[in-house]
Amino acid sequence: MARIAGIDLPKNKRGEIGLTYIFGIGRSTARYILDKSNIDVNKKVSEWNDDEQAAIRNIINGEFKVEGQLRSEVQMNIKRLMDIACYRGLRHRKGLPLRGQRTRTNSRTRKGKRKTVAGKKKAPKK
Amino acid sequence: MGRSIKKGPYVDHNLEEKITKMNAEGGRKSVVKTWSRRSTIIPEFVGHTFAVHNGNKFIPVYVTEYMVGHKLGEFAPTRNFRGHGGDKKK
Repeated sequence: MARIAGIDLPKNKRGEIGLTYIFGIGRSTARYILDKSNIDVNKKVSEWNDDEQAAIRNIINGEFKVEGQLRSEVQMNIKRLMDIACYRGLRHRKGLPLRGQRTRTNSRTRKGKRKTVAGKKKAPKK
Repeated sequence: MGRSIKKGPYVDHNLEEKITKMNAEGGRKSVVKTWSRRSTIIPEFVGHTFAVHNGNKFIPVYVTEYMVGHKLGEFAPTRNFRGHGGDKKK
């Protein structure tokens, strides 16, 4: 069982994939880490020995911001936008898309589940 | 896509001149009326108050150091959405 950055990595996955279970590490970062510590990317997580695990931990601690720290940084950036009341901040407050996408339809990721407005009827036929 | 770093931040020339002049004189108080929403806020602007035009009227914007790098227009919304519904009462 490999525990890195406070996360249990899945045992049966290849190292390259296993590392991506850590928030802040994707495929390319995972590859970089494994390259740097001279571990084959195809080696399973369960096959790493203690030295290899230590090497990975060292690189992550030294070079990357992951998990809680990274999450709080993201939150701080959003909070800054909201505090200075710029356009992007206002959109964050309202829960609408920030980058000029249409909101007449779609943008359900930001807006969440459809909320039907009572009393709003379709246009009557003439 | 962002602007090339080589070019540096874009600031309308007359606005930049006005602010450098004001900074040189030390007079920080007066509000600067501007239509130049496209100008980037540069560190020299910090502490000034701008009246940024939103197409209808001028919105007072007090510039703090966190705003550096944004554009003036980002702080003066051009749309005023008051919400749907409630208009079909008969």
